[in-house]
Amino acid sequence: MTSAPAAAVFDPALPWRRARSVALRPEPFGALVYHFGNRKLSFLKSKTLVTVVETLADHPSADATLVACGVPEAQRPAYLRALADLARSNMIEPRESL
Amino acid sequence: MTAVVPQRPTGGRLVDQFEYGLDAPICLTWELTYACNLACVHCLSSSGRRDPRELSTAEAEGVIDELQRMQVFYVNVGGGEPTVRPDFWHLLDYAIGHDVGVKFSTNGVKLDRARARQLAATDYVDVQISLDGATAEVNDRVRGTGSFATATQALENLAEAGMKDFKVSVVVTRENVSQLDEFRALTDRYGAQLRITRLRPSGRGADVWDQLHPTQAQQRELYAWLLANGDRVLTGDSFFHLSAYGEALPGLNLCGAGRVVCLIDPVGDVYACPFAIHEQFLAGNVRGEGGFQRVWQQSDLFQELRSPQTGGACTKCAHFDACRGGCMAAKFFTGLPLDGPDPECVQGYGESALAARDLDLVTPRSHLDHSHTGPVRGQPTLLGMPSIPAKTCDESPLAGLRLG
Repeated sequence: MTSAPAAAVFDPALPWRRARSVALRPEPFGALVYHFGNRKLSFLKSKTLVTVVETLADHPSADATLVACGVPEAQRPAYLRALADLARSNMIEPRESL
Repeated sequence: MTAVVPQRPTGGRLVDQFEYGLDAPICLTWELTYACNLACVHCLSSSGRRDPRELSTAEAEGVIDELQRMQVFYVNVGGGEPTVRPDFWHLLDYAIGHDVGVKFSTNGVKLDRARARQLAATDYVDVQISLDGATAEVNDRVRGTGSFATATQALENLAEAGMKDFKVSVVVTRENVSQLDEFRALTDRYGAQLRITRLRPSGRGADVWDQLHPTQAQQRELYAWLLANGDRVLTGDSFFHLSAYGEALPGLNLCGAGRVVCLIDPVGDVYACPFAIHEQFLAGNVRGEGGFQRVWQQSDLFQELRSPQTGGACTKCAHFDACRGGCMAAKFFTGLPLDGPDPECVQGYGESALAARDLDLVTPRSHLDHSHTGPVRGQPTLLGMPSIPAKTCDESPLAGLRLG
C-alpha cells in the first residue's frame, strides 16, 4: 500500500492544486471526490467549489482562485474552511511554483 | 409507470441530496456467481448452484469498463462464493487495472497461503472473511460444519502473508450478538478489522429471520455497543434504524437503494440493493441496450426510488429524521408496507405492525432460488433443530434502560 504523505497545512496565500491521485466525479449537486492512494471519499457540495478545486492550479494562490471564480466576499471564509478540510485529507496539495 | 421526477433542492445536507440519487453509485455490490460451497441458512441471495446464464468473462470485463467510464471507484464483490469462479483472479486484476477497486467477501475456501501472498502484494483490494459466530459452535450452526475452521485458516493465511486491513464480516444474529467483544478480540488477534452488518429477511434469510433476528433488548444492547465502539468497527451503515434510539450512529443514515447503491447479480440483473432480489426491485439488465449506465440513470424503478418519502405512518413519527423509516427490503420481505415502520423499529412500531398482519398473508418470495437441491457436506442444522426459547437471562443487563 502507498503510504499517504503527511497533509500540508493549508495556507490560502500559497499555490495549490487538486492532488494528482484524486479524481472528481461530477454530480448534480457538485462532485464526488476520490483519492486513489488513501481510498478516501469526500463530496464537494457546490458546483462553484468544484470549479475552485479544478482551477486552483491556474492561479497563484487559493485566495486568487476564489476571486477568479467569483466567490462572494461573504462566502470566502466558508470556502477557505472547505479547502482546509480538503488539504487535511490530502485531496488538494501544495504546488511548487506558479 | 411514469415517475414524476421531484425537484432536487440546492445546497443543504448531503443526506438530502442523496435522496435524489447520484449520476453513478458511490459503490455497488456485484455478485459474480450464485455458486457456493456452503449452504448458510440465512443466505441473502439463496445461493448454492451456478446459474447457466451467468455473465461470461468478456461480459464481466465489459461491466468493469463501464464502471470505469462512470467513475465508480470501487465495488463490493460477493456471491455465492465469488472465488469459485475460475476467472475470479483474472477479473480482480482486470478491475484493479481499470481503476475499479475491489472489496470481496469470501468464506475463505480458496484463500490458501499462495493466494494470501498474492492478495497481500496487490494494492487496491480489500478482503472480508464471513464469520457468523466467534466460536465454531455458534458459527457452524448457521454456516455449516467446518466453516469456522475454513474461515479462521484463511484469516491466519492472510495475517501470515502480511495482508493489511482485511476484514472479518459478521451478520449480527440473536445467537452471536452477545459475542461482539469476542469477535473484536478474534479480529485483533489476526490484525484484522471487524465489520458487522444487519440480518435481513432476504433470500433464505426469510426462513430463519423470526428465529435469528436480534430481540428488542438485544438491539438496545447492540446500539449501546456501537455508540461505545463505533469508531473501531465498520457497519456498512446498515444499522441506521437504531438511530431512532436517540443519538445518530456514524455514517449515512438513509436507505441508499437505487439512490447511492445497487446490486448487479450474476446474470447481469440490476436490483435496487443487495437485499432486494425480487422482481419488484429489478430495474434492468447490464446486457440490455445502454448497459448498466442506462439502467442506473434512466430506469423507471430507480427514478421512483429517488425522492424523499412524504407519506405513510413513519413520516408522522418524531424519530423519522433519525431512521428515515428503516430498511426497505426488511419491510418488503416481512410483508409490511414500504412507507410504514421497519419490522425491527426500535420504537416498537414494527412489532405491532408484524402482529397486525393478516393471518393469511403470504410474504413475498423471490422468483430466484439457487439453493443446493441435494445434501451439502457440513450442511447447517439450524432448521432441523428445535428452536431455543428466549430466556430472560439471555437478555441484556441493559434491558429496559432508555438511552438518549
